[in-house]
Amino acid sequence: MTDIGKPGQINGAHAVIKSLEEEGVEIIFGYPGGAILPVYDPLIDTKIRHVLVRHEQGAGHMAEGYAHATGKPGVCMVTSGPAATNVVTALADAYLDSVPMVCITGQVALASIGTDAFQECDTTGITRSITKHNYLVTKAEDIPRVIHEAFHLATTGRPGPVLIDIPKSIVAHNNPDSYFDWYYPDTVTLPGYSPNITPEESSINEAIELMCEASRPVLYVGGGVLKARGAKQLLELAEMSNIPVVTTLMARGAFPDSHELCLGMPGMHGNYTAITAIQKSDVLIAMGSRFDDRVTGKVDAFAPEAKVIHVDIDPAEHGKIRNPDISIVGDCAVAMDMMLAGFKAKGGAAAFADHSEWIQQVSDWQTQYPLTYIQSEPGEYLKPQYVIEQLRDACPADTIVTAGVGQHQMWASQYWNFDHPYTWINSGGLGTMGFSIPAAIGAKAAMPDRMVWSIDGDGCFQMTAQELITATAENIPIKVALINNAYLGMVRQWQELFYDERFSQVHFGHDMPDYVKWAESMGCAAFKVEESSDVRAVIEKANQINDRPVVIDFRCISEEKVYPMVTAGGSNDNVIVHPSQRGEDS
Amino acid sequence: MTATITHQTIAVLVENKAGVLARVADLFARRGYNILSLVVAPTRDHRFSRITIVVDSETSSIDQVVKQLFKLINVVEIQELSAETSIERELLIATVEVPVDRKAELSQIVDEYYGKVLSDAEGQLTISIEAGPNKIQEFEDLIEQFKVVYLQRSGRIALPKIGRSIPKHTAN
Repeated sequence: MTDIGKPGQINGAHAVIKSLEEEGVEIIFGYPGGAILPVYDPLIDTKIRHVLVRHEQGAGHMAEGYAHATGKPGVCMVTSGPAATNVVTALADAYLDSVPMVCITGQVALASIGTDAFQECDTTGITRSITKHNYLVTKAEDIPRVIHEAFHLATTGRPGPVLIDIPKSIVAHNNPDSYFDWYYPDTVTLPGYSPNITPEESSINEAIELMCEASRPVLYVGGGVLKARGAKQLLELAEMSNIPVVTTLMARGAFPDSHELCLGMPGMHGNYTAITAIQKSDVLIAMGSRFDDRVTGKVDAFAPEAKVIHVDIDPAEHGKIRNPDISIVGDCAVAMDMMLAGFKAKGGAAAFADHSEWIQQVSDWQTQYPLTYIQSEPGEYLKPQYVIEQLRDACPADTIVTAGVGQHQMWASQYWNFDHPYTWINSGGLGTMGFSIPAAIGAKAAMPDRMVWSIDGDGCFQMTAQELITATAENIPIKVALINNAYLGMVRQWQELFYDERFSQVHFGHDMPDYVKWAESMGCAAFKVEESSDVRAVIEKANQINDRPVVIDFRCISEEKVYPMVTAGGSNDNVIVHPSQRGEDS
Repeated sequence: MTATITHQTIAVLVENKAGVLARVADLFARRGYNILSLVVAPTRDHRFSRITIVVDSETSSIDQVVKQLFKLINVVEIQELSAETSIERELLIATVEVPVDRKAELSQIVDEYYGKVLSDAEGQLTISIEAGPNKIQEFEDLIEQFKVVYLQRSGRIALPKIGRSIPKHTAN
């Protein structure tokens, strides 16, 4: 192709790739097409790896999986129109779970914008409320500045997705206007943007006082702790203060599950102790959590006696759902560093009121209401919980686990033992079915030496299974544990419990499709397991396979329900425990 | 708008960039905040515009509105201007059909509200007044006794009262 720029000039397409190189991008998850075509040409000459996905939604979730696993921004690149709308789900997912991500979309030529041109859509309009920020670039020379700003915005403060929409004309090699003198900025000028990193000293001091006096304290830890890389501080804080820790769905792994102070997951399908400890607490330290409705249940009835200390980097989270008694606006890790310094100055562990009775109470609840299920009889299909337990016990402790959305996700969160941060990747806020497989691919691409298991449901699997072709073609050998219960299980559970067992549009069947054949056709090793006694051996066989993806079709019984459960909008005082734990009177 | 204060004026300084108004409007729509009026105009520094929004404070949490607005990257500064701490003004223009024998009556009302007759032709007057929210509403009610052909209000703008310091939410 003829380069029509003046000597020393670069065109917009080269500038996109060069800017991504400047930002240290290792992998782009993407899919080419008309409007983004010019940018795919210089891609041939870069060291950045491009993973060619099979659907743009997959590119978005892979970028998310990459970001969750590494803390670095995930990058995806797709064309205009339908490609941009396909990536919308992933952007919304990343927005709700505060995932750092930069998404580049092609756009029709500047002169065609607004004319309903082929593959034109208002990408920045569509994505405005599901991105932290977005850009429609109108001049080639703005490309380096915008890309630098986008990475800054995506990764600082409360992280989130940033979209850059680039019209074809400003990256076209045959357009003189797409050429400019190369530069790369080392600063950003964003007069309206300055994240609150360091909290007010006074708010920290107030929190220290309150925490020292507490008799029934709980640390209610959310994804913000992981985003702040604050797991180390959390461990020190919990151990020094002897305060029990609950980790929300987004924070699993932020505190080791095997630690004696760990109470596990709270919320709608949390365990009895985690829910009840929050509920009965007198001081609740919300650390990077946002009082999501799946955690609080009925807000008016949530932790009614608790004074709330809310630590969050986003000022808008303070008072959005629950008015905090002490509001600490800042980065969780920085806030915990300041707290730790304060506690140490007061004598460390000695600074805290004795709350051994509370610890005993919490421990009693754990003994009384552990997570439980009843193993299936010989000849019956599998219990999903058993499958996940076996998987957990057969895999290295640093295995990365991803999940889709529904029953299998809850069981994975409940029964896996998360002892390391960044080993659990799921779609919490948006609840995106189909997240698991592409997210696993993104994580495995980032960390090829780690074992990555996608725990998936049959409904979810059918939404994004085609990305297993990507996994095979790109040699990203993930493993998929398909919890095949023949139903949209969570919807089925609700219909059973709240709609008089009138099952409406939830039956898929165990055999349609034939998952083994399907997986094999996509280049995977595939197995089917129907008996509990075979579960472990097949997992161990799968764990030996590293040259291609593996899918195990675990035939699970359809009727199994997720317990404990708090009904939607119900009070967390009313935890429905497993039937075997209910007394005579219930 | 009556004497009971159920509104709050928010002055939002934004970067003068394409799509910023859409971001602000989108935020209000997305989070279910009610806008009573909205005015946009450039400031003395042409890099910035000011969006003055009157929000229904009965149905929307002003604290949340301000915090959510401030999450927009292009929002540089926000001032909360309450009725007590600020001077609020609005412009109303109207064309009124008025019989010759009642023209003096209308002119007198316009005078009482320090308004102006901008045009007088074909049995119609185009009049304007500039006033605070209560006076504007009174005036609008008063001229309803005539045949109002057109009426347009500008939406409200506001400044802090002299000597009142109104905290600014800024990025730094």
